[in-house]
Amino acid sequence: MAETSIPLSTKEHDKGRWQRFRESDFFYAFKRSPVAIVSFAVVALLVLAAVFAPLIAPTNPFDPASLNLMNGFTPPMEPNAFTQESFLMGTDDQGRDVFSTILYGMRISLFVGISAVLFAMVLGIVLGLVSGYFGGWTETIIMRIADVQLTFPSILVAMLIFGVAKGFTPVEYRDQMAIWVLILAIGLSDWVQFARVVRGATLVEKSKDYVAAARLIGRSPWAIMIRHILPNAMSPVLVIATISLALAIIAEATLSFLGVGAPPTQPSLGTLIRIGQGFLFSGEWWILFFPACTLLGLALSVNLLGDWLRDALNPRLR
Amino acid sequence: MTTPVLSIRNLSVEIPTRGGVVKPVDGVSYDIAKGEILGVVGESGAGKSMAGNAVIGLLNPPAHISAGEIWLNGTRIDPLQGEAMRRLRGKEIGMIFQDPLTSLNPLLTIGDQLAETILTHLPVSRSEAEKRAVAALEEVGIPGAAERIDSYPHEFSGGMRQRVVIALALCAEPSLVIADEPTTALDVSVQAQIIALLKRLCRERGTAVMLITHDMGVIAETADRVAVMYAGRLAELGDVRDVLTAPQHPYTHGLMASTPLASLGQRRLHQIPGSMPRLTQMPDGCAFHPRCPQAQDKCRQAPSPDLADGRASCWFPMMAEAAE
Amino acid sequence: MNAYVSVKALTRIFDVSKPWLNRIIERRQKAFLTAVSEVDFQIEERTTYALVGESGSGKSTIGRMLVGLLRPSDGEVEVEGVNLATETNADKVAEVRSNIQMIFQDPYASLNPRWRVRDIIAEPVAARGGETEGLAERLLQQVGLHASDAGKYPHEFSGGQRQRICIARALASEPKLIVCDEPTSALDVSVQAQVLNLMSDLKDDLGLTYLLITHDLTVVRHMADRIGVLYLGRLVEEADPKVLFETPKHPYTQMLLDAAPRTDGFGREVEPSQGEIPDPINPPSGCAFHPRCPIATDLCRCDRPVQRKIGDTVVACHHAT
Repeated sequence: MAETSIPLSTKEHDKGRWQRFRESDFFYAFKRSPVAIVSFAVVALLVLAAVFAPLIAPTNPFDPASLNLMNGFTPPMEPNAFTQESFLMGTDDQGRDVFSTILYGMRISLFVGISAVLFAMVLGIVLGLVSGYFGGWTETIIMRIADVQLTFPSILVAMLIFGVAKGFTPVEYRDQMAIWVLILAIGLSDWVQFARVVRGATLVEKSKDYVAAARLIGRSPWAIMIRHILPNAMSPVLVIATISLALAIIAEATLSFLGVGAPPTQPSLGTLIRIGQGFLFSGEWWILFFPACTLLGLALSVNLLGDWLRDALNPRLR
Repeated sequence: MTTPVLSIRNLSVEIPTRGGVVKPVDGVSYDIAKGEILGVVGESGAGKSMAGNAVIGLLNPPAHISAGEIWLNGTRIDPLQGEAMRRLRGKEIGMIFQDPLTSLNPLLTIGDQLAETILTHLPVSRSEAEKRAVAALEEVGIPGAAERIDSYPHEFSGGMRQRVVIALALCAEPSLVIADEPTTALDVSVQAQIIALLKRLCRERGTAVMLITHDMGVIAETADRVAVMYAGRLAELGDVRDVLTAPQHPYTHGLMASTPLASLGQRRLHQIPGSMPRLTQMPDGCAFHPRCPQAQDKCRQAPSPDLADGRASCWFPMMAEAAE
Repeated sequence: MNAYVSVKALTRIFDVSKPWLNRIIERRQKAFLTAVSEVDFQIEERTTYALVGESGSGKSTIGRMLVGLLRPSDGEVEVEGVNLATETNADKVAEVRSNIQMIFQDPYASLNPRWRVRDIIAEPVAARGGETEGLAERLLQQVGLHASDAGKYPHEFSGGQRQRICIARALASEPKLIVCDEPTSALDVSVQAQVLNLMSDLKDDLGLTYLLITHDLTVVRHMADRIGVLYLGRLVEEADPKVLFETPKHPYTQMLLDAAPRTDGFGREVEPSQGEIPDPINPPSGCAFHPRCPIATDLCRCDRPVQRKIGDTVVACHHAT
């Protein structure tokens, strides 16, 4: 019993959460990865820019009062021939500042992307936990539905759900509801990955003896799933969530580009690209170029971050 | 004097980590002569497997040999890289690991795996190699060897699989076999069979064996000499009977005393207080001093002495009367 | 002395069939594995009963049925005179269940890595809405750790220390019976002695009853008051330790004792037993041990031996004397 006479380690438990994070392997790996730092910086910058769009944007592109049609088709960084006004990224046909529309568009894109992923995540986690923990018919039904859904491209599934949901929405609310329908559609098309990963992790964790110990105590299945298993299954979920975020943003852009997503009154990056491509061959390249670059930067950074996260959280690679 | 089959001189292995460099193996030296079985014993984390892996060049980066020399049959092998090391590994050194499944390719029949190994290392024809494969399986006591040669590893039981691994390790007629916990995954009754087999084959061929295990019983029954490792260092090295019956290092003494057999008739088992230090938190001086019942100031300050002029790496080795 | 635990004709059969689709395609029958077959034994209060067996002997399955993690297929488990499978009074069952705890083999898998030690230890009490203030700290000291360890996470402890934490958790609900499933086989020799000594001390101090499940005969010699030897789900011999080690009656027990490596067995050349443990899905007819048994006869191949009492030993062998 004299084991205690040897101090094991420093008093790690006295440290705060922040300090423990700063000393963790995770933060260490982050500090040593230039890709992670750069992509994190890009994502953070873009998210902040979107959140504070009203403060940053020179104009509010959706306020008709601030629009001047005379400013239409101003090339970037050049003074307009009539008003002598100059715009960082030029203007579109209606004289809207492209930079401002990008900031506002990013808000929609990020909002839809993040909400859709959160929705897919919650749905996938619940279904994954339930099918992994209970097994049997519950599992068979849930996972077969997942298998069937996986045989269709998710963008197709999203379009289908979008169409059906739109059909149920009263006409007068359609534009208002479009964003929410979009979130529902992308979320429903994306839960399968979460469910599969969570189910796999649940199967692994379920067989470990700490779960047996909790069952022995008489804990309810829900308490075991939420309090014991879920925290140990979260690492892969975080990785998938990050990668899914990039995919969801692209999916939203694709839907909007195809004209079935965000309405022109609330243009997302995808809508902007759709609008911009009409002007590409008439010489007004900037209307397409800058939104497309933003989308590329955003999706690429989130994806790289997700890739890095997968490596950093994978204990086998340490 | 004949050259030993394997000679390790002052071997150190280092792993750079973010907390600094740790040394899972620290200045270890031992020889294994032809036909000799050297038992390397220690608890988990003592560096016993790491030393074995260093010999066969299977250290996982960033772990690397940082000092010392490894000689095999009079040739220095630690600087060997890539192809030269691989050639040597199969031809001169046979390996037996704890889990037989990891050392067998699940997609190839055992006959193919044996013939492949024989062809790579011995100048024989394909049909000769296949004949030898059957002979090798018969030798390790697999019933119906000729029929089972086309079976896949998963069609064998645990004990039979380990026999196949032994056949595979010995088929190229190596001069050294490294057996890393060969019986830990097996049941007691099967373990005895495998140990007896290993002993018989190596005696017949004069193969030198490095037997890495945590089981003092296996060591006592199998090894000729024993090297006791603690926290990366050699604690004691000597004839198995001497070391186990009259240990000179307090750690060996504690280890022997805490085996249930040694405490028969007492109500409590002898116990060594504490646990082995983590590599990142090595104490100053002798690594064992915080758990040592007879540690003195010198042990807390100076690292334990090298084995060169004694059996135990201890400033105050226990002499025969103390070990009574 | 009264029996605290009484196990009668306990049987557990697992369905190990492939999924029904595969069965239809491959034209396979359903497959069943009899992990435990008609096992009887009793554990007296405040004693240690050891179940010894190799892999596939069903020892862990018995332990898991005893604590209620698995349901018996047949037979009964009575604890404190309450038949846990048939008792209809839920309160009574809950009461008995709360008196049974378990310690697991792998101290790395049996503690939730995301929980603090304090929460892990207090969970059995917290789950029943009990008072947990200072509980973990008190128990940590009782098992030889520091009260200040309560705020740490499991990964900060060595294997032996983790097993102490597991013991502390098992003690939290003040159980009477603790089922210990290979409590030291994942530990190093020197640490194993610490844990076994701690378990002995706690048994004396708290009046505990142990069911000790292990594959290692040498461990039980110290701890056990009574030893049962299992082979392929069947209890082949039961005796007091001294009797079992000095005059083993069943050929399997004799083989186990011979095969165990001994630290004083320098250069010992044992003639190792032949064969391996058979596939439990298709166990041998008659006595399960007959294919490996040196004294087997035709009788052993046909009839399963019943348990007989020879002196104080209970043995299931046609030829034991």
